[in-house]
Amino acid sequence: MSVLIVGVGGQGVILASAVIADAARRVGHDVKQSEVHGMAQRGGVVTSHVRYGSVVRSPLIAAGEADVVVACEWNEAVRALPYLRRGGTAIASLERIVPPRALADRRSGRVSYPPLFEGSAALDLRACDAVDIARQAGNAKAANAVLLGMVSMLLPFPGDAWREALAAHVPAGALAANERAFDAGRGVRTARGRPRRLAHAAEAPAAAAPAIEIVPAWCKGVECGVCVRVCPERCLAFDGSPAVSAVRPAACTGCRLCETFCPDFAITIHEAVPA
Amino acid sequence: MDAPAVLLSGNEAIAQGAREAGVHVAAGYPGTPSTEILEALARLDPDRRVHVEWSTNEKVAIDVALGASLGGSRALVTMKHVGLNVASDTFMTAPYTGVGGGLVIVVADDPGMHSSQNEQDSRAYARMAGVPLLEPADSAECREFTIAAFAISERFDTPVLVRTATRIAHARGLVRPGPVRAPGVSKFVPQPAKYVMLPGNARRRRLALLERLRALERFADECGLHRVDQGDVDVGIVTSGIAYQYVREVCPRASVLKLGLTHPLPAATVRAFADSVRRVIVVEELEPCLEERLRALGIPVEGKVFFPADGELNPERVRDGLIAAGALRPSARRRAAPADGEVSAGVRPPVLCPGCPHVVPFVALRDLDAIVMGDIGCYTLAANEPLSAMDSCVAMGSSIGMACGLARSGGADRPVVAAIGDSTFLHAGIPALIDAVCNGTRITVLVLDNRTTAMTGGQAHAGSGANLRGDPARAIDIAALCRTIGASTEVVDPYDVAATHRALERAVASPGVSVVIADRPCVESPRKIRERPYEVVTDRCVACQLCVDLGCPSILWGNDRFEGRPIVTIETETCSGCTVCAQLCPTEAIVPVALAGAPLAS
Repeated sequence: MSVLIVGVGGQGVILASAVIADAARRVGHDVKQSEVHGMAQRGGVVTSHVRYGSVVRSPLIAAGEADVVVACEWNEAVRALPYLRRGGTAIASLERIVPPRALADRRSGRVSYPPLFEGSAALDLRACDAVDIARQAGNAKAANAVLLGMVSMLLPFPGDAWREALAAHVPAGALAANERAFDAGRGVRTARGRPRRLAHAAEAPAAAAPAIEIVPAWCKGVECGVCVRVCPERCLAFDGSPAVSAVRPAACTGCRLCETFCPDFAITIHEAVPA
Repeated sequence: MDAPAVLLSGNEAIAQGAREAGVHVAAGYPGTPSTEILEALARLDPDRRVHVEWSTNEKVAIDVALGASLGGSRALVTMKHVGLNVASDTFMTAPYTGVGGGLVIVVADDPGMHSSQNEQDSRAYARMAGVPLLEPADSAECREFTIAAFAISERFDTPVLVRTATRIAHARGLVRPGPVRAPGVSKFVPQPAKYVMLPGNARRRRLALLERLRALERFADECGLHRVDQGDVDVGIVTSGIAYQYVREVCPRASVLKLGLTHPLPAATVRAFADSVRRVIVVEELEPCLEERLRALGIPVEGKVFFPADGELNPERVRDGLIAAGALRPSARRRAAPADGEVSAGVRPPVLCPGCPHVVPFVALRDLDAIVMGDIGCYTLAANEPLSAMDSCVAMGSSIGMACGLARSGGADRPVVAAIGDSTFLHAGIPALIDAVCNGTRITVLVLDNRTTAMTGGQAHAGSGANLRGDPARAIDIAALCRTIGASTEVVDPYDVAATHRALERAVASPGVSVVIADRPCVESPRKIRERPYEVVTDRCVACQLCVDLGCPSILWGNDRFEGRPIVTIETETCSGCTVCAQLCPTEAIVPVALAGAPLAS
């Protein structure tokens, strides 16, 4: 059996995988678990592979061979789905952790983040708002325990293996909330492939860049430089000439910080005329 | 009776093996994926019978271990692959001196460069130094081979290299631990002809090394660390380490020779295996080390022509290679469950944490239009957008020396700054700073002092004021050190945006070597620092995106807009309250979360 657990640093991916691996060990399976540390913990992707059975060779799951994919975050669920085998089950939290890099398109305000989609006859996708369920169970951070509860319904180890493994890995102070979250996860009834829709930020079409008008005679030059320093898009620079110039005019979002802060009224931003 | 099997990572299993072998002194420098070995060793040894230390760098660590070995103790030294480059000076001569107590060097490679600047194959070092090389393939073998390594070291009077990689070091598997052995009684026995490597002695020891290698070649065939899985005779696969697991996964019926001791090569074992099959394919990660040695023995083999030399192997790549070699049918490929539509995942590169004290100095350096020679640590992430404030990153401590060279090249038309973390500065930056001062090279050195080795998970170093076991220790005063060397030195709080900016402005304008120390503890280690979070006053935000340029993961876009641009919002659950965005905000829209609005406790 191959279970791939994915998420973002700080979501408890490693803990969840340790619980699954330990539960499998307790019922007598050979177990391997592999993860990546290091840079991944700096808000990056965290991936952990758990494999168990009579004899396990590779600690890594090959693409298209995971029996279960568990995702603590929606973007990472989308990234991990190619690992799921035909007939396998994906369990996903609908939590969105938007990486700073997704906020690059400032003029349109478009967040580059994958939209929600539903499962199909060929894709068993069970998604829920695990953070909210965990919050109701007493601790929003126990969302990973909610997902573990859902996994436990798919991987029914005999006896108390799941609960013993949970107790062995969750800090004592947080155990009660995690047990409640785990039980709540066991009770999650996701209509197959019908996740609740989340609200997305309103999106506007990308507008043309505004025009930057500079009156060189009024600019005090590099001795001042306020506009260069306040520009978030670094559109302005002293390019050898005595007055400031717009070196990246296409990047201007029209925030007017340069216009506002210029002590000499040397800069004016003209909104682009809608086509 | 067997002890119950426990799940251990490869790193933990090496620590367990070392304890069972009676290790007495263990030293290393943190480096992914090797770091957890010494941490586990300290944890497994609450009675403190073993001296475990984070050394200043890998060269110091191997010297500490070699000294302990000459003192008669069993000694362990751990490092990542590039750490062995730092330790290589001693590593190349230690086989001449030989050992007193067993000396085992563990090196953890990082194929795929999950957290490294290169993916060198450290196996090549074993041949260059003439030391035995063991390659465990899972956690159980990590324990077993570590114990064997100490025995081989003492039997053959040689250091032994144990080489792992990410999928060994950071993979957990079942291990049956044995009884721990207390360190034995040690005694230093002077043997100047063996330990003093003056040329006359070294020439004799070089002959002893070559003679030892002959003996190790014979031992390689009888060491009991290899394994033959008999299967189909059409194709025989020779492999080692993690590649063995992938081979067995995708090709369970093949004949496989798994080598445990790969230097020197067990020639008779390999020849016998090659004679038992019609065709020999070598499957190994990174360099064709085994393949070339087998060919040198006159055995016709195939290998890297089917398998990539870059990146990690995995079951898919091994399967694809064996299909290309004609050893597997193309139908062995699996198909994934069909995902829905054209949706693809967004990139998620690692980022600096909310409240990271490394951010502001890089904002200032970019404003000052500096050329920044960077170094190894969390702060290397400042090379990424949106900070985009680093021009190089090569090796531990390289920033300062490279800044000196750049300043001398005549090619720098802007201020030259070396940006280096505290642990990296102590590791390899000090000699380069001395070089800059003594040669009068005009550079600025920014020391990002967060008092910990943050990138590898927050290990103590010589400036932390604590040792590996968490006991208080004398902390090196980096500012006093820099002043003693002769650099004009200023200490600044990187949470103070204006002060940091001015300090760096003064430093790049000063004529000699200037040092600016940005002094703030890491927000994550040794303890999480969480001040009152900040929030955005929606009707003051003009959506200028200046705060978004910090790259702080807590700063996001809300649903509202100002003049068409998205206004920002701060995720209070993750905000550390560092105040930096509030200092930058031109409309004073970022304020501490109001306590007044909080509900009263009933």
